[in-house]
Amino acid sequence: MNALIGQPINRVDGRLKVTGGAKYAAEFDMPGLVHATLVQSTIAAGTIIAIDSRDAEGMPGVLAVITPDNAEKLKLEKAGQEMVTRPLLQDAQIFYNGQPIAVVVADTLDRALAAAAAVKVTYRQGEAVTIMDSVLDQAYRPKHFRNGERSPDSNRGDADAAFDAAAAKVQATYTTPVEHHNPMEPHATVARWDGERLTVWTATQGIAGTQRTLATLFGVPVSSVRVICPFVGGGFGCKGNTWPPATLTAMAAQKVGRPVKLSLTRRQMYSSNGYRPRTVQKLRLAADAQGKLVAMRHDGLTQMSMPSLGEFAEPVGLATEMLYACPNVAVTHRLVAVNQGLPTYMRAPGEASGVFALESAMDELAVALKMDPVELRLRNDTDRDGHAEKPFSSRKLAECYREGAEAFGWSRRNPAPRSMRDGNALIGWGVATATYPANRRPASAAVRLNADGSVHVFSGTQDIGTGTYTVMSQVVADTLGVPLNRVRFLLGDSAYPPAPTSGGSTTVASVSPAVQAACAAVRQKLFGLVLADPETGGGFTAADLSLQNGAVYVPGRRLPLAQVLARAGVESVEAGASSGEAEGKAGYSLHSFGAQFAEVRVDPELGEIRVSRYVGAFDAGRILNAKTGRSQLIGGITYGIGMALLEATETDAETGRYVNANLAEYLVPVHPDVPTIQTIFVAGEDTQVDPLGARGIGELPMVGVAAAIANAVYHATGVRVRDLPIRLEQVLA
Amino acid sequence: MQSFSYLRPADADAAIAAAAQPGKKYIAGGTDLMQLMKDDVERPAQIVDLDALPYTKIEAGPDALRLGALATMSDVAAHPEVARKYPVIAQALLASASPQLRNMATMGGNMLQRTRCGYFRDTGFACNKREPGSGCPAIHGQNRLLAILGGSGHCIATHPSDLAVALVALDTVLELRGANGATRQVALGDFHKLPGDTPHIETVLQPGELITALVVPASAAARRSGYLKVRDRASFEFALVSAAVALDLDGGVIRDARIAMGGVGTKPWRLPAVEGALRGHQAGDVAFAAAAAQAPEGAMPAVQNAFKVKLMQKTLVRALRTVAA
Repeated sequence: MNALIGQPINRVDGRLKVTGGAKYAAEFDMPGLVHATLVQSTIAAGTIIAIDSRDAEGMPGVLAVITPDNAEKLKLEKAGQEMVTRPLLQDAQIFYNGQPIAVVVADTLDRALAAAAAVKVTYRQGEAVTIMDSVLDQAYRPKHFRNGERSPDSNRGDADAAFDAAAAKVQATYTTPVEHHNPMEPHATVARWDGERLTVWTATQGIAGTQRTLATLFGVPVSSVRVICPFVGGGFGCKGNTWPPATLTAMAAQKVGRPVKLSLTRRQMYSSNGYRPRTVQKLRLAADAQGKLVAMRHDGLTQMSMPSLGEFAEPVGLATEMLYACPNVAVTHRLVAVNQGLPTYMRAPGEASGVFALESAMDELAVALKMDPVELRLRNDTDRDGHAEKPFSSRKLAECYREGAEAFGWSRRNPAPRSMRDGNALIGWGVATATYPANRRPASAAVRLNADGSVHVFSGTQDIGTGTYTVMSQVVADTLGVPLNRVRFLLGDSAYPPAPTSGGSTTVASVSPAVQAACAAVRQKLFGLVLADPETGGGFTAADLSLQNGAVYVPGRRLPLAQVLARAGVESVEAGASSGEAEGKAGYSLHSFGAQFAEVRVDPELGEIRVSRYVGAFDAGRILNAKTGRSQLIGGITYGIGMALLEATETDAETGRYVNANLAEYLVPVHPDVPTIQTIFVAGEDTQVDPLGARGIGELPMVGVAAAIANAVYHATGVRVRDLPIRLEQVLA
Repeated sequence: MQSFSYLRPADADAAIAAAAQPGKKYIAGGTDLMQLMKDDVERPAQIVDLDALPYTKIEAGPDALRLGALATMSDVAAHPEVARKYPVIAQALLASASPQLRNMATMGGNMLQRTRCGYFRDTGFACNKREPGSGCPAIHGQNRLLAILGGSGHCIATHPSDLAVALVALDTVLELRGANGATRQVALGDFHKLPGDTPHIETVLQPGELITALVVPASAAARRSGYLKVRDRASFEFALVSAAVALDLDGGVIRDARIAMGGVGTKPWRLPAVEGALRGHQAGDVAFAAAAAQAPEGAMPAVQNAFKVKLMQKTLVRALRTVAA
């Protein structure tokens, strides 16, 4: 039955993507479509005194200038805590520089842009705090940490007392900067109202969330809103919420009574849909002389917007709670409010920033102990999550280190900093652990078996570039015994059975059980038809039947689907199913793991740092597609290289405005920054997560990359850099 | 972006007559101008396209290299005589931008490329270069990428070009054509102006005046030349610091040296004092380090770009060592 699962199948939508046939949100055209653009604030705090839109309204082609004075009143009071309800032109307050304050609609985009530049705004400027480091003393406890499911703090044993008494200790502060997701596809929405019914084509990681949010804000039934999103050109978290541009597009469409398109510019992608917040993390680690951890304290301060925009608390300390065996662990999470936009999830939220700090500190501890950093991790390996007080369902971290070290050649490492050279270049080798929770949420799917042997499967999930179309098609083909090319998997439409937001690496583990269950249900129904027909089913039970290659096999007989359906007088057989939480959620702690090995070359005089070699070994359960899986690993590690050496959004302290909101000065890795990356999947499956034993891998591979590189930079240069990104001036001799 | 009209004159004099009027802007490759127009930083009423003009030739003569102002970066970089007799030019070009941009961008346009300063390129900020008198928040703001040399209390924007750094080191002369067919020559070293209290005036060009060619004198130093660019990202990034070095060696003795640096100045930064300190000395680390110590002379670093003082010396020593070898 598992002929296709695991195979390196090419993407089933690959041809569509490379030929331009894959249709993204901004590409949906329709009669009467007009164009909207945002007007944004140029101050970081205060109120709007007046918006003078008379000139703009008189310009050719302009259909509307929507401001807080004339905007539709939304049903904010009904919105849930998870919904973004500000800024939506509902009041005159300014909370950050770049906040949308008006929407201009015109018959062409050029005319909308020209009119937007003619809108005149006068402000009463308020006092703005734009840099969190200046107000760290005003840190406060998050009010809705992890949606209120747990405290932002945790404590076991007595970390401070154990630290004071310990033989070896490390105490240091690490910082990570504001980063932006920068997917290739900017956010875009097309909205159309037909009476009370709203249809939106939008770039989103969660069609169900968008449907719910828009229905709530506009006061219409959820069933009156349809959200369509067949392709997403990358999201990395910034398309996880329904951000103001999507809501404002629907508002504009209502105002002008025509379908409206709003596509963000690259610059607007820095002010409109969240960012990874800056963090300041204080770590204290202590071990006994044998390297066994005796105390861990992780105090995380993360940047927040003004609280009236919502709340997002980067959970930097969660990995510290569970990653290693340690009896005394204390973790706190605090927020520091500044006049910037609301932060949000960005690939591996919490772990990416938090594990940079933790695994840098582990490297410092290894230095203090004069112990090999791989050995230090192995000595603190555990099969039990000390925070959840449950065993791990499956934890192959030691295998990851073993196989990764072997592939990397770790045993040839001279531990002394500045000891390894290639010609003039300083060579550094560093390691770090990766970990990410194995999340799963309830999902549903429906299957239709057609008389021609083809199978249509429907689920309101998303493919954010990760390969959902492909791996789910593989699951269907294997489960129903039909060839891959007879399977058509349909997603990205809220008319389909609901599935969760594609975030937190949940899609594979959540959707595949529903798809499998729906396939089983449709097969059951089909067999029922065969058995109910005395001519074909006489004397047999379902156990006697099988479904293969578009036919039902009854002992001694092959019944093509068309024949079964014709005899039953139906055109197709349909069934749906839902799935729930992870099988082992109650009894086990569910996580993926990995070992990151980085080699850097540092120019000893000029300080230029380049990653020259990389090996990542991962325990991610069963891999459904070796090719898309490997692509995820390479993509995640590349994202981590950017985090380590290049990425930072720079804020002008005076105005709170970003200075490098473009892809020339916000640096992401280009080809010469990325070496050959060797990826290893440590064999295994984790059926406590889902029946297939698969775990999501979208985020795991970037966790720990920045620490591995920072640790390699230390090994190369002897300079410990605790502030990302690591730049040449920090290691310049 | 503001609406604009488009003109494609058939010859230079028609182009110059058209562009001499206010609100007009030449466009060649458009790699910079289009970005600036989309960001509302440039708001021309009309763009005058130079596409039909004949200035695309690359002529490598015995005494000089003559680059038509409309020759593309790709074509110049790939020209075998450029690589052989003026390697610093080819290297600077190949370290610039990306292949796609180099296919469009021209020699003349590159001399007029505008600064990458983030304050200049966002109309939400004050900027003396964009709106004279509005102020310079960069001086006390995000200035890691900005200039340590040639700045004023009004502007510290870095000149972004790699090519101009190489060309200024080689004593390149620009041929300009103005109204009524008048032509003149201006040394590239005199072409760009320091910001002073008029940072919006960047060159000595008169209204409508057109760059028609860039003439690089041949020399022994030009043959032994090279370009070193230091940056955060391995490709497709402007220089943090760069060095264009050309040496004429007599045995091991430096007969002549031409040095310019990028990423550090408000214009392509020629270093005559360093050149003087090298002349007559034995090529080697001792002379290189002593000369490079003079490179930051006059530097006025801000908070974030202070590292460039040290980095420019180290970059220069490395470039000298590489070229001398």
